[in-house]
Amino acid sequence: MASTAIANPVANSNRASTRKKKKSQNLRNQTQNPDNTTTTTTQWKSEAQQQVYSSKLLQALRNVRVSSSPSAPKRGRAVREAADRVLAVTAKGRTRWSRAILTNRLKLKFLKNHKRQRVVVTGNGRPAKKPRVSILRLKTKNLPAVQRKARVLSRLVPGCRKQPLPVILEEATDYIAALEMQVKAMSTLAELLSGSGSNATPPNQLGASRPSP
Amino acid sequence: MSSRRSRQSTETSGITDNQINDLVSKLQQVLPEIRNRRSNKASASKVLQDTCNYIRNLHREVDDLSDRLSQLLATIDSDSPEAAIIRSLITE
Repeated sequence: MASTAIANPVANSNRASTRKKKKSQNLRNQTQNPDNTTTTTTQWKSEAQQQVYSSKLLQALRNVRVSSSPSAPKRGRAVREAADRVLAVTAKGRTRWSRAILTNRLKLKFLKNHKRQRVVVTGNGRPAKKPRVSILRLKTKNLPAVQRKARVLSRLVPGCRKQPLPVILEEATDYIAALEMQVKAMSTLAELLSGSGSNATPPNQLGASRPSP
Repeated sequence: MSSRRSRQSTETSGITDNQINDLVSKLQQVLPEIRNRRSNKASASKVLQDTCNYIRNLHREVDDLSDRLSQLLATIDSDSPEAAIIRSLITE
């Protein structure tokens, strides 16, 4: 069952395809396979997950609107942080990046003078340390280019700075699926919000292409 | 952090080449650029590079969308009727 769950949604990765079938199948998968990381990747593509995210995002955005300063760039940043936080909450803490996002928020709340940048680990002088997988003489992994790119990737995915390569790859796969869902949900929300003022757009925009600014 | 020593007795690190290639191919299938059927041919370096680019693109899109959403939120004064409408539309 898990193998078919991997094959089918990845093959049907275009957005306007069989949503209802995927939704019922993924709802069943959610209850049956709670720990399987392969089905969590497909869960991000399900419509139910997007609805959960959208409603939570809406509540979070209302809090942002009430409590943030009126200047535009700071509010945009606050919206981004709220969106990331809601995304991490929707992940239910199964992945490292989601836990790292939530932990970073707590750190920033306590250290109020801490500037909002990447949380740089001090003392990490890059002394050419190998990842732990390279004990075997594998073909591509010992290339410095691959290791360099893996390090860059580990900086992009939150919470993966010191992880070995397979962990980074797993986290990146899930993180990309989550980000795609986030983009889709936020663009749908933006369409709805801009459409409610003009009453022009139809409500069923979930499979539509992204708006061009 | 993650100690996978107990998985296999032959390799000391416990993570095989097949496992890495499996993860890389899975990652590759998520990327929109490489729809390569013979995924063994795509090098790990290219997959990683494309992954980094794709994640950066997604981050930029999320930033743009959040800026747009913040502007839209400013224009909505009374939040509750619109929020109720939007919620009902979303959860259909």
